[in-house]
Amino acid sequence: MAGLAPRRGERLLAWGLLLPCLAAVCAFAFWPIVYSFVLSLHRIVLSLPGLGEPFVGLENYAQLLGEPTARASAATTLIFVAVSTLLEVGLGTLMALALDKSFRGRGLVRAAVLVPWAIPTVVASQMWRFILNDRYGLLNWLVFGDQVGAYRAWLAEPGWALAAVIGADVWKTSAFAALIVLAGLQTIPRELNEAAALDGAGPWQRFRHLTLPLVLPALAVALVFRTMDAFRVFDLVFVMTQGGPADATNVLQFYGYKKMFAEGFLGYGSAVSVMVFVMVLAVSLIYLRLVGRRLLRGDAR
Amino acid sequence: MRRGRLIGAVGAGAFCLMALAPFAWLVLTSFKTQLEVTAIPPTLWPGGSLEFYRSALSRYGLMHFVLNSLVVAGGTTVCTLCLGVGAAYALARLRVPGRPWLMGGLLLVSMFPQISLAGPIWRILQAVGWLNSYQGLIIPYVTLTLPLAVWILTSYFSELPRELEEAAMLDGCGRLGALLRVILPLAGPGVFTAAILVFIYAWNEFFFALLIMTRRTVQTLPVGIALFQGQFTMPWGEIAAASTVATAPLVALVFLFQRRIVSGLSAGAIKG
Repeated sequence: MAGLAPRRGERLLAWGLLLPCLAAVCAFAFWPIVYSFVLSLHRIVLSLPGLGEPFVGLENYAQLLGEPTARASAATTLIFVAVSTLLEVGLGTLMALALDKSFRGRGLVRAAVLVPWAIPTVVASQMWRFILNDRYGLLNWLVFGDQVGAYRAWLAEPGWALAAVIGADVWKTSAFAALIVLAGLQTIPRELNEAAALDGAGPWQRFRHLTLPLVLPALAVALVFRTMDAFRVFDLVFVMTQGGPADATNVLQFYGYKKMFAEGFLGYGSAVSVMVFVMVLAVSLIYLRLVGRRLLRGDAR
Repeated sequence: MRRGRLIGAVGAGAFCLMALAPFAWLVLTSFKTQLEVTAIPPTLWPGGSLEFYRSALSRYGLMHFVLNSLVVAGGTTVCTLCLGVGAAYALARLRVPGRPWLMGGLLLVSMFPQISLAGPIWRILQAVGWLNSYQGLIIPYVTLTLPLAVWILTSYFSELPRELEEAAMLDGCGRLGALLRVILPLAGPGVFTAAILVFIYAWNEFFFALLIMTRRTVQTLPVGIALFQGQFTMPWGEIAAASTVATAPLVALVFLFQRRIVSGLSAGAIKG
């Protein structure tokens, strides 16, 4: 009996400490997801409150599937996610390999590479918008010099605009991928590499047969984290292109935002948001399968 | 090995240039004059004018945005840490049934796309009349930063030896006393790391800030900078000046604490 009292006290304390955190997360994360789904089953037009909010079943989803802009937006999102994620993880791996070598001033270099990750995305977006400006932009001058007649409006051409948004995203977030891969690289004992070198393995062979397999789990984590984040791209599109030109950069998160808050179609916009959620959930389930078991087991290390 | 080191240094130099050059251009632009900004070919080195800082302050209300950002990011950091420290301690040290599920559920939250939360959160805040209020923005931010903070703190707490609390409890401290007097000071670096990351998140966040803060007087820096609009032309110089102000504290944080940030991010990403 004597042992029971402190244990009960401990359990009470545990829940007392956890409850505020869980309450916040339930009220502002899990409940909204459910509520989003509920909203998506109703016709809600914010600008016409007189219509009420009738239940319409799957009508919004039917409309979503039939809407060419929505389909184009989904395609744009997938292109954005695929291209930016691959470039970021590729570039991030190269960065990590460079940062893994020891040289003087490595801390400084690591800090410099982190700068794009740390600055607000809105700032990065305005910065690229200015660099890509059709008249005083640095890029035009670097590419065409003084031939002002040849200057291009990069953000006004559909293909270039999407490329520009992808490029800005890659610039901003490759360092994040690099950090994850670097953490993976640093768990590989140096002796392994040295032993392989003594056995006559060249740099490429060592990378291909030694480093790559060992760093693969970290690569997978970087890949999935970047994928999920790429689905959420918004700031870059909002500032750089507003979804244009001709919907070329109208990714789903921006499309949903525009429908909901600019045009006031809360029901339809919620259907878009549920679709985005399902896509991201699918990716995170793959993630949990790949690396989750290791993460969720026992203590966090 | 020496050649590898050289390649590493050259590569690292190239990455540094890539990371810093575009941003340096923005900072340089902020010190130009209107004539220098619109010059073709571009002025590579500015005369060092503060004209844009002055007009960003006087005409565009830069100071308001800075203050709003400080309140929101500061408030978020304090609230997240208060809730996060307790939750992480419980998860790391106390017997909690379903612990893996709780940790997994928190991890899931950090993956939710903002758009899926936007409609409902907006409606809730509208219903209680908290649109355009600091708490209306801080509360969603706390929710969204808690998972990261809890994962980082849990991993720090579980690395501290259990004997410390046991000794404190033998000396007559309760569990809570042991947490506050013994564990928290020792986990200081972890708490600090979490604080930096939460602060950076709240300082930079745009999506919810845009939805919730529609009144100019309560907007945060990112919203202010995104909506900078001249009457006829884009005020590039003022945008550059405001951007430099918004970014300076973050760049300082990164250079001072890059080691902590890296360890925090990998605790949040790899272990969590």
